[in-house]
Amino acid sequence: MTIGQAKRSWSARFVVLIPYVWLLALFLAPFAIVAKISLSQTALAQPPYQPLLDLAAGWHGLKDFAAHLSFDNYAMLGSDWLYWLSYLKSLQVAAISTIILLIIGYPMAYGMARASRRLQPMLVMLVVLPFWTSFLIRVYAWINILQHDGLLNEALLRLYLIDAPVAWLASDTAIYIGVVYSYLPFMVLPLYATLEKMDHTLLEAAADLGCPRWKSFWRVTVPLSLPGVAAGALLCFIPICGEFVIPDLLGGSETLMIGQTLWTEFFSNRDWPVASAIAVALLGLLLVPIVFYERLQQRAIEGTR
Amino acid sequence: MRRGPSLFNVTAVALGLAFLYLPIAVLVIYSFNASRLVTIWGGWSLHWYRALMQDTAMVQAAWQSLRIAALSATAATVLGTLSAVALTRYGAFRGRLLFSGMVYAPLVMPEVITGLSLLLLFVALGIDRGFWTVAAAHTTLTMCFVTVIVHSRLVGFDRGLEEAAMDLGCPPLRTFLTITLPLIAPAIAAGWMLAFALSLDDLVIASFTTGPGATTLPIRIYSEVRLGVKPEVNAICTIMIAIVAFGTIVSSLLAKRGAVRREREAALGAAV
Repeated sequence: MTIGQAKRSWSARFVVLIPYVWLLALFLAPFAIVAKISLSQTALAQPPYQPLLDLAAGWHGLKDFAAHLSFDNYAMLGSDWLYWLSYLKSLQVAAISTIILLIIGYPMAYGMARASRRLQPMLVMLVVLPFWTSFLIRVYAWINILQHDGLLNEALLRLYLIDAPVAWLASDTAIYIGVVYSYLPFMVLPLYATLEKMDHTLLEAAADLGCPRWKSFWRVTVPLSLPGVAAGALLCFIPICGEFVIPDLLGGSETLMIGQTLWTEFFSNRDWPVASAIAVALLGLLLVPIVFYERLQQRAIEGTR
Repeated sequence: MRRGPSLFNVTAVALGLAFLYLPIAVLVIYSFNASRLVTIWGGWSLHWYRALMQDTAMVQAAWQSLRIAALSATAATVLGTLSAVALTRYGAFRGRLLFSGMVYAPLVMPEVITGLSLLLLFVALGIDRGFWTVAAAHTTLTMCFVTVIVHSRLVGFDRGLEEAAMDLGCPPLRTFLTITLPLIAPAIAAGWMLAFALSLDDLVIASFTTGPGATTLPIRIYSEVRLGVKPEVNAICTIMIAIVAFGTIVSSLLAKRGAVRREREAALGAAV
């Protein structure tokens, strides 16, 4: 039962209105401003861009403002190799990390779903707990291990696996380690949720009909867990694309990920219009998987009805 | 019969959990290391904790962060709970699609975009940046997490209780306060804690929206960490991990007690 449109009281209206207005003002309106500034020019002023919209000047001011907008920043992004490399690097890191996450996360989620019913809540909690501790701390923890005189080099030297310390930090390897480490719970939990709900009688039926275990895994378990795979992959892929902290602390300085490029344009170069244009372009890039995910969710909801 | 876990299953879970916890364990252990070097163990010591207490900039940043986290988590809990109620109880209202989009988008939005857009908003409005702008930004970020948690609880419980109260002439607001709110209280508490933890953790959005005099703990830690490992940072990280672990254990115990009580009440209800 839903409360009728006409009977809706004022208090009910407020319930919707307060968060609605908050999100419109602090989530949607800022995007409009970013889009606007991405069409502006850099200026040596405070704020460091022009033209400024002068609402007091009325229609004339608006026309004047519109005349000065340009797509120069986007043209610049498109023509400069630096930005292309940066985008490609983000996509590459996100794609490879997501694949590694699947390879590590799937057996883990599968094992959790197989554990005894009493043990499962505890295992879930153990996977969730790192998510509650600071992201920054968890990335920083790896510096202790990966630095030149860190624990990894020390251990490998002691085991005679390497002759001289390896420079783990400031490399792509370090980025992958940091990303996989930080996002593992995001991959394991959706996978576990689908695997745990799976109907085990299907596997028994397959076994009764003489299907070997590896084959029933490929033909039954894997197809049934695909919604979890999609959810986990997108939950990881999208935020990894815009990641800043991990590549900045663990990665090198040759090729920056797009989040770092945005950060540098904004904080070091003080080029607000270009930083805004990067943000708009990144958003456009991420819209593809987000829309894809929405579709998938919609289909899943319709499927359960 | 259901097959038990194989050796492979057990190994996969054990290795995965070891991967998740090893770096944190290393960090905690080395915060008690008397030596400055990571590879050299100089014996147990509280030296870096004492050094931390004397680092006034770090202590101030921690205080600033705690205040921002408490304020923004509270605001986010109110807004997030309202959104969850709106999404579950009001059916189709005008602009619902946009609303649910705005509620869930920040969950996956890269922080650099959210941070930049909020900063540009504050600049456009001519607001001085500092404590309040960071708190408002964190409220916007964390309210969607609260919404998700409260939403799942609201979907999960028996609507019949609310409908019964309303049928007996209880006004909607009073129904919400006396029936719904106590039932979703555990989810609201969990939402507040998650919002608090996320605000305490955030570096990127705070860096964009902060101003002079409002350095938060992550910003401070970040500027120290960029120059390499510092044992004092290990110490403050250990303190933060201890607080989070304590909070999580307490809340899970509370949740368990609540579940036991609910079960008992249900059993009682069935008996009557």
